This record gives sequence, C-alpha cells and structure tokens, in this order.
Amino acid sequence: MDIEKRTQELRDRLKYVQDIFGPDENSNVSMLDAKLNEFILREPSLTKQEVIRQLETLEELFRFLEKKLERELTPMNKVRIVRHPQRICLKDILENVYDNYTEIGGQDDYSIDPSMLIARAYVTRKRGKKVHNQPVMVIGQEKGHGQEFRNGGSVKPWGNAKALHYMKVAETENIPIHTYIFTPGSYPIEDYPGAAQQIAKNLYEMAGLKVPIVAVISEGGSGGAEAIGLADTRIMMSHGYYSVISPEGAAAIEGRLRGGQRADLKLIERCADQLKMTADDNKTMGYIDWKIHEPELGARPEHYDFFRKLRKAVIASTDEIVLNVSGMRMLRSFALKRHKGANVYVRWTLSTRAKERLLWVRYLKFRRMAQGAYLDKRHWFSRGSEALGEVCSSLYSYFRYDLLGRQRKKVSELAEDVHAEIQVVMGRSARYWGKVLSKLFFKKDKKEVDKEELTTLTPWNGSDQNLGQWQYISPQAKEDQSITCPNAGVHGCLDQWAPDLFGEWAGVCSFCGHHFPMEYQWYIHNIFDPGSVREIFSEIESINPLQFDGFDLKLDEAKRRTGHKCGCMTFEARIEGTTVMVAMFMAAFRGGSVGAAEGEKFIRAMERARKKQLPFLSYVHGTAGIRIQEGVNGVIQMPRCTMAVRRYSEAGGLYLVLYDTNSYAGPVASFLGCSPYQFAVRSANVGFAGPGVIKETTGLDIPPNYHNAFQALSRGHIQGIWDRREIRHNLVQSLQTMGGRNLYYR
Amino acid sequence: MVDVKTLLQELREEPYEKIVIRAPHAGTVEFVSSTPGTRVVGPSGTWKEKPGTLLIRLEREKNKKPIYAPQKGEIMALADLKPGEFVQAGQELMTIRHYLTREEVIGRILRQSLFLFLAPEKGRYYFIPDVDIKIKTKGSQSVAVEEGLELFILSRMKRETAIRYTGPSGIIYAIYFDTNDSVERESPLIGVCPEDQLGQIQEVVSRVQSDWEEQD
Repeated sequence: MDIEKRTQELRDRLKYVQDIFGPDENSNVSMLDAKLNEFILREPSLTKQEVIRQLETLEELFRFLEKKLERELTPMNKVRIVRHPQRICLKDILENVYDNYTEIGGQDDYSIDPSMLIARAYVTRKRGKKVHNQPVMVIGQEKGHGQEFRNGGSVKPWGNAKALHYMKVAETENIPIHTYIFTPGSYPIEDYPGAAQQIAKNLYEMAGLKVPIVAVISEGGSGGAEAIGLADTRIMMSHGYYSVISPEGAAAIEGRLRGGQRADLKLIERCADQLKMTADDNKTMGYIDWKIHEPELGARPEHYDFFRKLRKAVIASTDEIVLNVSGMRMLRSFALKRHKGANVYVRWTLSTRAKERLLWVRYLKFRRMAQGAYLDKRHWFSRGSEALGEVCSSLYSYFRYDLLGRQRKKVSELAEDVHAEIQVVMGRSARYWGKVLSKLFFKKDKKEVDKEELTTLTPWNGSDQNLGQWQYISPQAKEDQSITCPNAGVHGCLDQWAPDLFGEWAGVCSFCGHHFPMEYQWYIHNIFDPGSVREIFSEIESINPLQFDGFDLKLDEAKRRTGHKCGCMTFEARIEGTTVMVAMFMAAFRGGSVGAAEGEKFIRAMERARKKQLPFLSYVHGTAGIRIQEGVNGVIQMPRCTMAVRRYSEAGGLYLVLYDTNSYAGPVASFLGCSPYQFAVRSANVGFAGPGVIKETTGLDIPPNYHNAFQALSRGHIQGIWDRREIRHNLVQSLQTMGGRNLYYR
Repeated sequence: MVDVKTLLQELREEPYEKIVIRAPHAGTVEFVSSTPGTRVVGPSGTWKEKPGTLLIRLEREKNKKPIYAPQKGEIMALADLKPGEFVQAGQELMTIRHYLTREEVIGRILRQSLFLFLAPEKGRYYFIPDVDIKIKTKGSQSVAVEEGLELFILSRMKRETAIRYTGPSGIIYAIYFDTNDSVERESPLIGVCPEDQLGQIQEVVSRVQSDWEEQD
C-alpha cells in the first residue's frame, strides 16, 4: 500500500514537471520519465526490499533533478507554474496562513462572483501571557484548483465591486487588508458596472483607503491584478509573474495575429522573456517590496513551510506599514528592519494622524516608481531651476490659496451673509422706491420688459457661433473626393464632398451625425482660445526600458512622424478666458498607448494643476491601452496616475475626461475611468478590451456596436455625448456647472 | 385557390432566385469577381456584421465604393462592360443566382398558399384563453377560425384589447409570433389555410423536407 502510494506520488510529480516544461524537449524530464517507467515495469519481478531500495533511489533522483530543473526555469515555465491546477490558491492560504477565518460575500458557486473570494480572518499572536487576535480583511482571486465555476480567477466587474465594498468595510472597522492576486486578467465585459470602470473605481478608492494594505502576487495579470493590487507593501512569490499582458497576448500583438490565430511557441516564450515579468525582474525594477522564496518548482498545497514563511511575511509587512506611520515605533522598527520575522507586537489600528501619514507615504511610494523608464534629456541646470520653480510655486500656492485664500474666503462669506441680512430689511423699501423712481423717470415697467422680451425676436448675435469658420482645417479637406458615411447602408446618407465634410462640417456627416475621426490638431486649435496653448513638460521622452526587440525603431518612427517625444501632450490653455490644464493622449503616437513617459507627464501636469488651482481636462484623442513593450513600467502607471487624480480631486480640482475615437484598456480602467465627469465625442468607442480579445478570452460573440459611446452612456460609464462642433461650448458649460464641494478654481 | 403542386413544380424547374446587382449611383466600374460560375457568399456573423464576397468596386469622385454579394450563390452573368467604363445609376451590373434552401421553398409555398393575418398594431399578442389552451393541448391545426372570431388579445402599455380575426375561414396552419416578444405592426401573426387544402399543403411541405436538394 505504502509502495503504491509512493509510486503514485512520483507519477504526480513527473506529470507536474512535464506540465511545467511543456512541449519543450528537456533531458532531465525525459530521464525522470524513463527511470520511473522502467521502475514501474520491473516492479512486479522485484522483491519487496528491492522495490523499497529502488524507490528510495528514485525519490532521491527526483529531488536532485527537481533542484536542477529549478535552476533552469524560464519565465514561461513560471507562467505555467502559476497556471497549474496544483498551484496553491487563496483557500489554501486562508487555511494555513491565518488562525481562523470566515468566508463572506458568497460561498463556492453560491456567490455573485466565485472568482473573487472575501474572508474575515484573524492572526493570533502570543506575547508573554497575553494572546492577541488581530483581525484582517482578506481579499483575493480564487482559482480553486481547476474548479470551473471560479473562471480561472478572472473576475467579473461585479466581483471587483464586491472586493471594493469589503475594502470599505475594513476601512470602517479600521482593520488591515491583505489582498492575494491570483488572476490572469479581468473578465473583459462591459455589463454594469463594467470591467474598466470598476477597476478604475477600485484604484481610486484604494488610493485613499485609510488602513494598511498588503498585496501578495502570485499571478498578476494586468488590470485584474491592479483592481486589488494598490498596496502599501507588495510581496511577490518567487515563481509568480506580474505583467501588463499574458505572453500569449503579447505574442498575438507582436505577431499581428487576428481572428483567434495562435502564436507559435517560440514567439510566446520570447515575449515572456522580454516582458520582464518574474519576481526578480519586478524586484530589480522596484515594483515589489519583497520576494518570498517558494519551494522547488513552485508552491503547492502540501508545502507547509512555505505557508509559514508567507504568514511571517504578511504579518511583518503589516507591522512595518503601521510602525512606519505611527508615533511610538523606534525599537520595534529597528528590530523589524534587522530581521523581517522579528517577534514584536504591533497594534494594527491607526490613529487619525497616522492614517493621513499612511496615505502620504503610499502616494510617495508610487510616485517614485518608474523613474528610470522614461528619458529627461534636460541639462542639470534647467532641471534644478525647474525644481526651484516648483518649490517657489508651492510656496506661492500655499500663501495665496491656503493661507490668504482661506481668510479671504471667510471674509467674503461673512460679507455675503451681512449683505443678505441687510437685503431682508432694505428689500421692501427698495422695491417701493424703485417703482416710484421708474414711474417718475418714465422707465418701462418690468412686466412690459418681460412681455417685450417674450414677444419679439432675439437680436442676432453671431459672436458665439463660428458658423463653420474653424481656426484649423483638417488636411483631409484638401482631398478633392467624395466620402461615404459608414452608416449609409442604414440611414441612407448620401456621399459628401471631402472639403465640405472635413472643412465646414468638422468631419460630421450632415445626414446621420456620424463623426469621422479628425486629427488632434483640430481640437487644439478649435477648442481653446487662439494662441493660448502653452506646452509643458515636452522634454519627457518615451524610451524602451525593457529593450524589447525592435521597439526602438518603432518608437523612433512614431517620434519622427508625429514630432512628439511621447504619446501624451500636456499643456496649459485658455477657454473663454478660463485657464485649463490639459493632458492629451494622441492616437497617432503608438496608438495613444500609455507608458512611463506618458504617465509621468500626466502626473506632473496634475500636480501643477493642483498647485496653480486649475481645472484639468484629459482629452483622449485615442488610446489603445498600456504600452505592452514597457511591461510593468507601463502597467504601474495605472495606480500612479489614479493616485495623482485622487490627490488633485480631493484638493478641490475639477477633473474632466473627454473620449474621442477609440479608448480602451488600462488608462480607461484607471486614471480616465475614475473621473466622475466623463464625456465622449459622438461615434467614439469606449471599453476595456476590443472585440477580438473578448471573443478570445470569454468565447462570447459581441455585437458590432458593443463599445459605442451610446452603449457606454446607457451603461452609465460616461455622463454624456458631445457633438464635436459643440465641444468648446460644452466645456465652458462644464467648467461653470461641475465640480465637488471643495472646488477651488472658480 | 392556389395549386400547391404546380407551384412546387415551378420551383423545381427553376430552383433559384435571380438577384440583380445594380449601380447605386453613377461611376466607373471595376469587377473584382468577374467569372460566371464563381461562388459567392452573403453577409455572415451573428449580426450579419461581416460583409459578403466583394463583387464590384464602383468609383465616383475618387471614392471607391465596394459592392458586396447580398446572398449566397454563384455569379450568373455580368454586364458587358470594359474595366473602368462609366455606368449610370440603376444600370444592371451583375446577376447572382441564389439557390433556394428548403426553408425558403417552404416559405414561398406557404406565403402563396396561406392567408396571413397581420398585426394591426405594435404590441404583445396572446391568443384568447380558450384558443390558447386548445393550441397547447392539440396543436394549432386544431383551431378553426372564421370572420369576426375574437382570437387575440393585444397588450400594450398595460392596455389590453381584443382583436377579431378578419379573413377567409380555415384552420391555423402556422403561428409566427411568440407571446413574450413585441410584434411590429403588419408583421404576420398566423397563417390560415382552407380546411380542405390542409392535407395537400402538409404533403408538399413534407415532400420538400425530404426531397429538396440544397446546393452549396
């Protein structure tokens, strides 16, 4: 019986190794296979003692070769490890890392989304005679060792909404949050609350959660990982991966494959290698704080030592976060710094001041990331002078808006109240005397004025109508040709002459209102006051931080063609006299994809808008998502930029987003989607993943207008649809009518 | 009264539909598929979002407009035009032969041999309870209808109205609506056939089901 069990164990180990190394020929794996098969064949003819002896030899060989194979692991092997059904999952962690737990928000398949698991757990710590039960909220994706209803840890939008709900519960209860990331990516559907919009909400809320957050990454697939990954400490398992896209997805993009075509294995492996997705890579780049070593060939449920290690790590991390922001800490901090698993007791509840410090430390942590992933070629002198300028403007901002501004506001509020009080007394007599005076001087009675206004035509005032006289005319208008509207088959639109269509009509079909794509220059020149656009941070340049094959050439080509150094242009401009800070994402530069340079420019513009108390507009001429060739340098812009947005909005800024053409993936699922005021130019498409990716990942066939702006409006993802010719007017209207309670710029 | 057998015979002699492709507007024509006998396919996809085979490019004012095959079939004939020749709007460019499928043949026969009672208004339609029970237990062909018979209930905006049948007497051969769906105005609700023709129609339909050979 024992022999059978041990043989079966070896069979399982071999199967696991074969799964991890995939179809690649490996001499060590072949040797294990041959030796085990030989033993199984010979076993009936051997004596019991001989069998035990050979079994021991075989087990020793397995141990030896597994160690050897561990050193040979490629990034793609690690991807296979985390995807393997034998990989540890969240329930194993709950069982082995925490002392007790209660699953909440659903049980198994009786859940709004079984792929998102929430549990209230506690950690018991004994110090002397006293026992401390420290509660935590555990949130994470559950893959469930191949349970089909778990959807492989691919969380639906409502699953992420559930996670956010319980994060807020943890905040109310003032207990830390431990998140465990086991996801290949989010389930890309737009049904309310919508994949992208919900991830954006999660990021925005996590940026301001006033409790310690520790994230542990096993399989960190892009947006799905970010939905619960914005944390004070990010720990990564040594055999995990954290990446902007799956290697297969990257290979499909690199190989320009369409319609469900499969990329070849070599390309997939090359992409896995180049994306720099392993724990070591992420540690080197500074996107994770710790790496926890796993047993050979990855942690599986029977590796109890690993759970002990993980327990120590999450407890120590939580301790460290709390000590870092609380008052009395010196000796314990020192002990923890010297030894990660030091036996110290830290209370995990935070005081009001510690909570504020926690948010600031969290912001700084992400703000300092990805600094080496873009280029700033300026001379040290100009950098220094800009830094000095920033300090000066911070001081000016403090004196003008904080110190004097508050006093001025108090005085003006007092003056308003006094004026209102006086009006109550004076109002009656003022009206009486007003009537007398108007009669004396034969002024028209108010009723007569009203009557006249209502019964006569308004005098023509052409100043606010540009009557098709645009400052900038699209080069498309120079073509002497007719254009067919894509809706001609449905609405019967007639062909239109390009100079009319792209000139006077601003690229809008005069029959059905379809908006043809226009260049970003059209918006710059026709929306803002003439001559008011002043570009800033233009020196920040996109680079190829991961040395992705062939990407340097593609970047150079994009820079040459557009004349810009990255896909985001930041500028200050005026609109009807109001100065606005604008970040514009240009579809012409690598599809408007967002990398480290774009993120940095966006954050700097946000910070400047906050200092100068300006409203902020994100005009998305088009974005294909996060730039995959930058790997995690790109995906980290999701939390970074969202934190900047939160900081700006909480200070009282008005953040508007306007989508045009096509806007997808990471940016929509973070710093764009978190705005409470999102609008789309008609005929724009807004969503999380394109139709091909949805079909590929979910198997669902989606209708052709699935991402259409009107669908996004019906789903509640955007707040309105604007006609291109009315953007200027609508922006002025928005600046006058929108903004939170702290709105400062008006 | 329609002679269904003759109708079927006619369909057998010419088992296809001729689709004439005409120029939607004036312009110069360029044939992409120019060999008679070439197989073409119509729009496909769940929402017919993928266009059919590209047949012709019609250019006017430097605007090349593609003309796709509207149905599956084969190119039967092409207009005698030289490449780049100017054509007027409405001019015949190509004829496609679309071979009828079993369902299409049955549909044609039924359309000509049945009386279709159309929805007078947009809304949800239900049979009156007595008829509904009879249909559910014995099938639609057990229900005989005659002029003035109260047959449907039209439900719209919580307003329920009884609808009387108008048309020739007979039995309900086919039901074209679903009680859960909203029916557009003038969409067929039922197909009625004279009682004495029922057997003949059933026979022809079953013969089409078994004998009709569909061509790719």
